[in-house]
Amino acid sequence: MTNPIGDIGGADFILAIGTNTTESHPIIGLQVKKAVRNGATLVVVDPRRTEVAGLAHYHLRLKSGTDIALLNGLANVIISEDLVNKEFVDTRTEGFEALKETVARYTPEYVEQITGISADIIREVARGYATAKNATILYTMGLTQHVCGTHNVFAVANLAMLCGHIGKPHSGVNPLRGQNNVQGACDMGALPNVLTGYQSVTLEEVRSKFAEAWGVGELPATPGLTVGEMLEAAARGEIKGMYIMGENPVLSDPDADHVIHALEKLDFLVVQDIFLTETARLADVVLPAASFAEKDGTFTNTERRVQRVRKAIEPVGEAKPDWQIICLVATAMGYPMQYGSPAEIMEEIARLTPSYGGISYQRLENGSLVWPCPAPDHPGTPILHAGKFARGLGKFHPVEYVPPAEQPDEEYPLILNTGRRHFHYHTGTMTLRTGALEEYYGREHLEINPADARALGIADGERVRVVSRRGQVEVTARVVDTVPPGVVFTSFHFPDVAINRLTNPARDPVARIPELKVCAVRVEKIA
Amino acid sequence: MPNVTLTIDGKQVTVPAGTNVLEAARSAGIFIPTLCHDPAIPGFGACRLCVVEIPGMRNLPASCVTTVAEGMVVYTASEAVIEARRTIIDLLLANHPQDCLTCEKNGDCRLQDYAFMYGVRQTSFHGERKNYPLDDSNPYIIRDQNKCILCGKCVRTCQAVPGRSVIDFGYRGFNTRVVTAMDVPLGESECVYCARCVAVCPVGALTYKPMAGKGRTWEIEKKTVTCTFCENGCTFDLNIKNGKVIGITAKEPGPGRPLCLKGRLGLELLYVDEPLTPMLKKDGQFVPVSWAEALGLEGVLSRIKELEGKKQA
Amino acid sequence: MAEVTLTIDGKQVTVPVGTTVLEAARQAGIFIPTLCHDPDLTPWGGCRLCVVEIEGMRNLPASCVTTATSGMVVHTASPAVVEARKTIIELLLANHPMDCLTCGKNGDCRLQDYAYMYGVRQAGFAGERHSYPIEDDNPFIVRDLNKCILCGKCVRACAEIQGKNVVDFAYRGFNTRVTPAMDSTLAGSDCVFCGNCVAVCPVGALQEKGLRSSARTWEVKKVRTTCPYCGTGCTFDLNVKDGRVVGVTSCDGEVNGRALCVKGRFGYGFIHHPDRLTRPLIKRNGIFEEATWEEAIGLVAERLGAIKKEYGSGALGVLSSARCTNEENYLMSKFARAVLGTNNIDHCARL
Repeated sequence: MTNPIGDIGGADFILAIGTNTTESHPIIGLQVKKAVRNGATLVVVDPRRTEVAGLAHYHLRLKSGTDIALLNGLANVIISEDLVNKEFVDTRTEGFEALKETVARYTPEYVEQITGISADIIREVARGYATAKNATILYTMGLTQHVCGTHNVFAVANLAMLCGHIGKPHSGVNPLRGQNNVQGACDMGALPNVLTGYQSVTLEEVRSKFAEAWGVGELPATPGLTVGEMLEAAARGEIKGMYIMGENPVLSDPDADHVIHALEKLDFLVVQDIFLTETARLADVVLPAASFAEKDGTFTNTERRVQRVRKAIEPVGEAKPDWQIICLVATAMGYPMQYGSPAEIMEEIARLTPSYGGISYQRLENGSLVWPCPAPDHPGTPILHAGKFARGLGKFHPVEYVPPAEQPDEEYPLILNTGRRHFHYHTGTMTLRTGALEEYYGREHLEINPADARALGIADGERVRVVSRRGQVEVTARVVDTVPPGVVFTSFHFPDVAINRLTNPARDPVARIPELKVCAVRVEKIA
Repeated sequence: MPNVTLTIDGKQVTVPAGTNVLEAARSAGIFIPTLCHDPAIPGFGACRLCVVEIPGMRNLPASCVTTVAEGMVVYTASEAVIEARRTIIDLLLANHPQDCLTCEKNGDCRLQDYAFMYGVRQTSFHGERKNYPLDDSNPYIIRDQNKCILCGKCVRTCQAVPGRSVIDFGYRGFNTRVVTAMDVPLGESECVYCARCVAVCPVGALTYKPMAGKGRTWEIEKKTVTCTFCENGCTFDLNIKNGKVIGITAKEPGPGRPLCLKGRLGLELLYVDEPLTPMLKKDGQFVPVSWAEALGLEGVLSRIKELEGKKQA
Repeated sequence: MAEVTLTIDGKQVTVPVGTTVLEAARQAGIFIPTLCHDPDLTPWGGCRLCVVEIEGMRNLPASCVTTATSGMVVHTASPAVVEARKTIIELLLANHPMDCLTCGKNGDCRLQDYAYMYGVRQAGFAGERHSYPIEDDNPFIVRDLNKCILCGKCVRACAEIQGKNVVDFAYRGFNTRVTPAMDSTLAGSDCVFCGNCVAVCPVGALQEKGLRSSARTWEVKKVRTTCPYCGTGCTFDLNVKDGRVVGVTSCDGEVNGRALCVKGRFGYGFIHHPDRLTRPLIKRNGIFEEATWEEAIGLVAERLGAIKKEYGSGALGVLSSARCTNEENYLMSKFARAVLGTNNIDHCARL
């Protein structure tokens, strides 16, 4: 996020794209509700009528995967109606002419044909966003899990820069991240192309700094493989061994049968987790890890806030904190790795990572810190891009609409959209074992529009089979009009409805994010 | 001493012969609730809360007064045992004031602990209830006989001091209560307010008067100190609330000593932020006295003054 | 901002214009009891426990809804004030179950605190008492309307913090109670079980089902930490008893204040779930067998080392975790790059 969570409540205009905020980020949802209570205009872009869409002044139920057309359409109106923040565009950005040229084609009438949103509504929303004092954009994976995910984000950034709604309070471009420490994992270099703080592995000076600190001769210079690429390489027999810590790709990644096949093909798989997950079952060795309650550490939240995790109890059984296990494995492989505590590890991180340079456990005792925090006396940076963009001038990236990789056809006439539920989390590993959440929400269902249900002869509560080109699952149908005709929806939380057996592993070429929000399926009634 | 091996809740436990089942279970880390038991004073077997199931024995014996035997099999939490304990708590509550709201022992009361543990929210028996007046006839100990569960711990700890025996059971049946000789208020008895009885009372029947109204048990942090007014080393607790010592409570007598009022008062003078004026009984009446008199230092002090006077002269 | 100076219990207090007498007193370190007041919620003036005596005013005004004015003279603990408060507590107790014995809120109950503070041992009034059934048909929250003092904090928290308006006052007079629409249960309503009403309830009317049935308030140690679920990063207190996590309670979090969602507040049960892995496992002939750490670590090191030697670092891959700490992700990156010699490291950032 470019801006803090607490900023959202003070916005005058919220454009929420592909975010089921009140279910997936309930506490951020409270900020959205607060803003609406205080008179803000809320626009929700989502094919589904979620709770937050119910609160919206404008609910744009676009056709799945047509976000770029819509966003370009908004930019088109802002430019053609002369609502551009000229001062901001002149002094803070570059590439405006190229953007203007690209979006010129995306007239509201043209966009209406692609998205199904009326031209008048597109105009009203564009005017509202452009003329608001402080407008903020929120998005999650409804925007990013597409083959054009990166371009979708570019289109969002273009809009914010056009109107200067960035680098100031109550505005910005704000991805709401789904997992407690997904931001931190990225910050820490758990990515194939960068070390900590997004320092590229391709830069010689970066590599030599780390090689020296880590006491090794040299570090690999070419970017590695992403999750999906690793699994593909494993399936081809090129990756022979994997070490998986606290992840469950069998349920979370697209085309699950292919994932299982890939992992089974490995010569050696070690999984480190708190439960024997669907992925851990495939392992040769399983290492029992401590839960968050059993260790010290830090998480970095979606607004880049680094916060303490504190040990409350001893690890259960013989489980050990992940950091200790990694140290044991490294040491056993001939690389002595020893730390007295996570605080010591953070000292090392701070030394090697400019954006974390001023972060220490001692400071965190007095409250959290938001990176970039380069020095021990730096207060942190809740708002990014104030006065100046990280790269200097903000660059407009004109992008063109491309349709989703898989379109409905005669054989697979419906679009499957997947997401999260309020009572559950990710692959259900934790939330299905709480003694409470699963008791209240213990069975998954498939949401299907009454029109589609009628055509297929399916009644509410009946069992159906959902089939895609890659796999199938059985699930109970719930006939509701929260999904539009032609779209069905369910979550990926439940192992018995392993919906990612169906989803499409087609990926965005830049971010390598899979298109989990759109794949073609058919729904059959189980006789 | 020869050892005996028995099985408690499926666990093999080996203890010296002569050990009781309660101690054997506790040595194996198995919990059994008790109200009248105290390892420091003779077994009593009265409250029956420690009952266990021992196949081959009639009824449910009280584990605190049942000696272990070779090969004995014990169940400490069988259905019958739990039901018996629930009934006992239910019966105790049938005649116990529902006064946790403001009771000084709230938060440190065994009856309350076990009621919560066994899920006895209220009594299911209705009948006559005791209605004794509160005995606060002395400056140190408040006796509320309505809260007394007749576990006899106070009686036994008082009797453990040779020649003391200030209290004992009086009357019969429903009217049974712990009384002083001739059933006079504590303030009129031979009691010396050593507070051994308060230290062992599991409920709110005996509480400290100087601490009344000053804090709830969960607000108070205890810090143990050893009394140095004589060589016996009784222990006391400093009761600390919001960083202030609000009172001294007796913890455990030192070997061969009874605990005493003088020691407790001395510690109050030393540690309590705002100590109350000490009171001593003179001609049957409690009257405020100087700290020197309360601690028996008058003779010493006057001698010091005398000597210092001489030095200056 | 303009300021006013008033006198509270003989003390000169200067506060910004618009401050309430209650806030002014608290700023000056003067205690006033409250039941319905909450700094995060709209002032209500319902419980009347915060009454004070203000010279020149008729009756005793509620300090939480009385604005401080210049020259005001306030007495917060005069005999009239103390008597009024005692009477209010007696009236509340007249219809409150004497259930501290096993009540989950015993030890953290404002009504109890004030009864003790003002020496109100029992209700001074006898009369009709409520006898509502206890609502516990959901796995999260137990509602005991018999203990409700109608302070309305839950109603306001639901409306003003959670924005759901699931509960409100219904019926009149003695029969007034807080209910969801159509007087259904929470489970039968739109309630999302965030428990933010439980967090503000001053008495035992709303309790966390798991926490309050497994520990007394004085038995738990609270450890402040960060929620393990979504990326919002809420802060809460883990409640620990005898080495086990028995519940979660709100604290004043930097991101979330006291608000939490159902997963954060009630989703802690996985920590002690019997399915937790407690020993290393090694698969032999397709079956997992328990192993020692030495064996397991030795095997992992040997096999990863052998693959590296035979096929090169590129034949190895690592998945780090968006659920693990920064320190652990850092070490995994270090391990992949410095020990395995590969940049094949990723995690589920895209899922």
